[in-house]
Amino acid sequence: MNRIDERELKRILGETPAADSEAAARELAERADREGLAEVAYATLDTPLGTALVAGTERGLVRVMLPNDSVDRVLEQISRRISPRVLELPARLDRERRELDEYFEGRRHDFDLALDWRLTPTGFYRKVLRAAARRLPFGVTASYGEIAHWAGNPRAYRAAGTALASNPIPIVVPCHRVLRAGGELGEYGGGPKMKEWLLRLEGAIGD
Amino acid sequence: MTTSSPPPFQAFLDEHRGPVLAYLRAAVGPHHADDAFQETFMAALRAYKRMDGRHPRAWVMTIARRKAIDHHRARARSPEPRGELPEQPVAGPEAQAGDGDVWSAVAELSQAQRDAVALRYAADLSYREIGETLGISEAAARRRVSDALANLRTRIAEEEIR
Repeated sequence: MNRIDERELKRILGETPAADSEAAARELAERADREGLAEVAYATLDTPLGTALVAGTERGLVRVMLPNDSVDRVLEQISRRISPRVLELPARLDRERRELDEYFEGRRHDFDLALDWRLTPTGFYRKVLRAAARRLPFGVTASYGEIAHWAGNPRAYRAAGTALASNPIPIVVPCHRVLRAGGELGEYGGGPKMKEWLLRLEGAIGD
Repeated sequence: MTTSSPPPFQAFLDEHRGPVLAYLRAAVGPHHADDAFQETFMAALRAYKRMDGRHPRAWVMTIARRKAIDHHRARARSPEPRGELPEQPVAGPEAQAGDGDVWSAVAELSQAQRDAVALRYAADLSYREIGETLGISEAAARRRVSDALANLRTRIAEEEIR
């Protein structure tokens, strides 16, 4: 070999297959989890509507991202508002993913999951979302006014709409079951088509 | 807000895992690089909320370098396989004749020179980043890499004669 040039040196020393560092990173995430340092775990999941994301803390499910949203944006938000110790750990979300799979297949009507509410401010917003989770079973709908009433302030139907629009745990907290008073579907974070799809899955609206 | 919060750790890990592993393979040898990698990123995760967000690469490389130094100290203290002789690295899939000579020559460099070579040619850092990692100026980093490269070339030539 002649005098080794710098490019050649980079080739020899820098050749680290991506698969190696990927495997090392996965091992790291699992170790962090065992040592209690993975404060937020997340996983993606395939749904009939596209790829969704679920994230959980030691308290429970904290975020469901619908397929029309951006993974990077949602993880940034979680990092800022909960903890930057965010790691991809699918095994920690096995139960959440299984229940959602079953829901999308029409085989599950109720979720049996612990929830972490900390992305929703306490007060009226949280009362609205809790009311939706408690009082709107599969296939049952209500108006924004009814939800506002259940949350303790019947006239605050607009604020109720805002609270539902900011729902960090959609589907599991079923904000899609809240409709306009006239029966129009109204807004949805995942888009109006997704709201319609979910309500049809549940038989709440006809074909 | 003047400082932005650090990105999600997974994004940080994915961005730096390749260069950190490459650096450690050159700095402590392929057989010990995986352990040093785990120790590096566990330490980074523990300290993550205090990370200097402006120079994340230099920040994580500084940690990796400390782990490499710890590794060499521990080996120097340990009674059995005496010291400096590097384990022969496993050649990668694209390894060519002569690659082994390069790896052996790198392993024989002094700690400081090996670090300079590993940061520049394995981790592919800029001179500015090398300076930040080593706590020296960019110009000093440039000189250190250049001296290390000259020494490395001499050693490779010797390997080939042997």
